[in-house]
Amino acid sequence: MNFELLFQLLINGVIVGALYGVVAMSFVLIYKASRIVNFAQGEFLLIGAWTCWWLLTSWQLPFWIGFPITLAFMMAFGILLQVVVLRPMIGEPIISVIMVTIGLSIVFQALMKWIFGVFAKPFPPIFASQTMSIFGLDVQTVYIASLVVSLLIMAGFGWFFKYSKMGLAMRATAFDQQVAQSLGISVRQVFAMSWAISAMVSAVAGVVVGVVNGVSSALSFFGIKVFPAVILGGLDSVVGAVLGGLIVGLLENFAHFIDSQWLNWGNMYEIAPFYVLIIILMIKPYGLFGTKDIERV
Amino acid sequence: MSGAPVATPPDRAGEAAGNPIFEARNVSLRFGGVRALTEVSFHINKGELFSIIGPNGAGKTSMVNCISGRYRPTEGRVFFKGKDITDMTPNHRASLGIGRTFQNLALFGHMTVLDNIMVGRHHLLKNNFLTGALYWFTGARQEELAHRREVEEIIDFLEIQHVRKATAGTLSYGLRKRVELARAVALKPDLILLDEPMAGMNLEEKEDMARYIVDLNEEWGMTVVMIEHDMGVVMDISHRVMVLDFGRKIAEGSPEEVLADPRVRTAYLGEEDETDDVQQEVA
Ligand SMILES: Nc1ncnc2c1ncn2[C@@H]1O[C@H](COP(=O)(O)OP(=O)(O)OP(=O)(O)O)[C@@H](O)[C@H]1O
Ligand SMILES: [Mg+2]
Repeated sequence: MNFELLFQLLINGVIVGALYGVVAMSFVLIYKASRIVNFAQGEFLLIGAWTCWWLLTSWQLPFWIGFPITLAFMMAFGILLQVVVLRPMIGEPIISVIMVTIGLSIVFQALMKWIFGVFAKPFPPIFASQTMSIFGLDVQTVYIASLVVSLLIMAGFGWFFKYSKMGLAMRATAFDQQVAQSLGISVRQVFAMSWAISAMVSAVAGVVVGVVNGVSSALSFFGIKVFPAVILGGLDSVVGAVLGGLIVGLLENFAHFIDSQWLNWGNMYEIAPFYVLIIILMIKPYGLFGTKDIERV
Repeated sequence: MSGAPVATPPDRAGEAAGNPIFEARNVSLRFGGVRALTEVSFHINKGELFSIIGPNGAGKTSMVNCISGRYRPTEGRVFFKGKDITDMTPNHRASLGIGRTFQNLALFGHMTVLDNIMVGRHHLLKNNFLTGALYWFTGARQEELAHRREVEEIIDFLEIQHVRKATAGTLSYGLRKRVELARAVALKPDLILLDEPMAGMNLEEKEDMARYIVDLNEEWGMTVVMIEHDMGVVMDISHRVMVLDFGRKIAEGSPEEVLADPRVRTAYLGEEDETDDVQQEVA
């Protein structure tokens, strides 16, 4: 057995899994607030990454200016999307809203290909040194940065929901919209805010992956990986989303290891999480952390 | 409305006479074929403790919902502090100073008692998403400390100190009712709407709750609207009472006047099971 490879893949799993967790959290945020299953989550990564890439290459902005602008843009984009496209859908059947988000996903996907082309493009280098040494191991700086960013976002989410006015309002709205309104909370504002934050956070993940792998439409696969993650964790649990993301990341890499060592079937990396998903759902139909009475869609 | 005695407010609300904080003009509410309210007009004076009573399904909750904005009247207008609020959202009305509790407990069961109450502060908290991110620089912390103090005052008043860190959903029914009241009070409303605040409570809990409500009215200066089936409590603490039956106002006045009104007696006697309730509760 190749322990070095196993170790390498597990580290990989944690780093990628943390990113899945971040995207899954932003997916759950929308679901919790407005009960919308957002099939365009992966395109948020794509749009965020391309926006940042464009600012850094075409406008030659330094990262520390281009990145905040990207976030501001994604915030406005999220709000606009909610207000213009999804607000009019309030009260429509769930399946119609899902069709709309699938439609959005296809449109954004095509739009990005049209504007930026179909080939992966690398980010200009962001860190001064490409590798750093941790416990004597040479690790790529971007991987460390990726993990740090993921952890920061998770801590930020925790703080936001526990202490901020808008975070409390979101939890209240997720629980009961009528009651939240009676306490002075604008449900419209909460919905718009949940899309804004979700778009921003996904964009951060998009930029991180873009910096590591280059920007291409492959980024939006994250939107699909999110499903096993959130369904594992329970559609309405933020903590569950993080753990679900980590599990999926580890599973992929573990499956890849087993495949490369013994099975040689190929492609285990992609499908293993879905197999495990099915098994877990058979045992715990509401996910590991989900609420019992939520709708399965 | 035909001939309902529009009472001169009794002594306790004397100073507030002729100073309505809320007014309903010809409010009707229909759900398809169901007429929940029919041309109800009344006003509530500033500083008053005003009760709405009536048999089950009379339209009491519907009326309160028309005040809080959960329902919009099919016809008629509602006014708060002289302003027409008929077209305003519930959250807008809340920020103007209308707070409420619900007939079926509506606590955020998975949050702590403290967080529940903090949600009630929503419209008073300036720190929003962006300034919140700059917590230490924007004075958000100072603001939070001031809020904590006021919230602690409310917690002391309603005697729920011992459960402030508890998850709301785990508390006893009586305690949850108190936490829900605390959350509504946290809004600092000028008008507070209480939909059956004592339902399902034992005698001791009811007495406590009645005392809190009277204190809110007298010490905290809140105008109170209360829906309650317990006639003993209603007659004891209300300044004025309005009686609804089948969505219509059939009487309004001081507790004594309302109790003496023959139409009120018929309304209650008209429903067999309701009669038992009333007699039991009065006894
Ligand atoms: N959302 C709604 N949809 C349809 N009908 C409703 C709705 N809300 C209330 N009603 C109807 O309006 C009428 C009045 O109901 P309401 O809840 O106001 O009565 P209530 O006086 O509060 O009764 P209770 O003492 O049982 O609480 C009832 O016939 C009720 O079924
Ligand atoms: Mg009712």
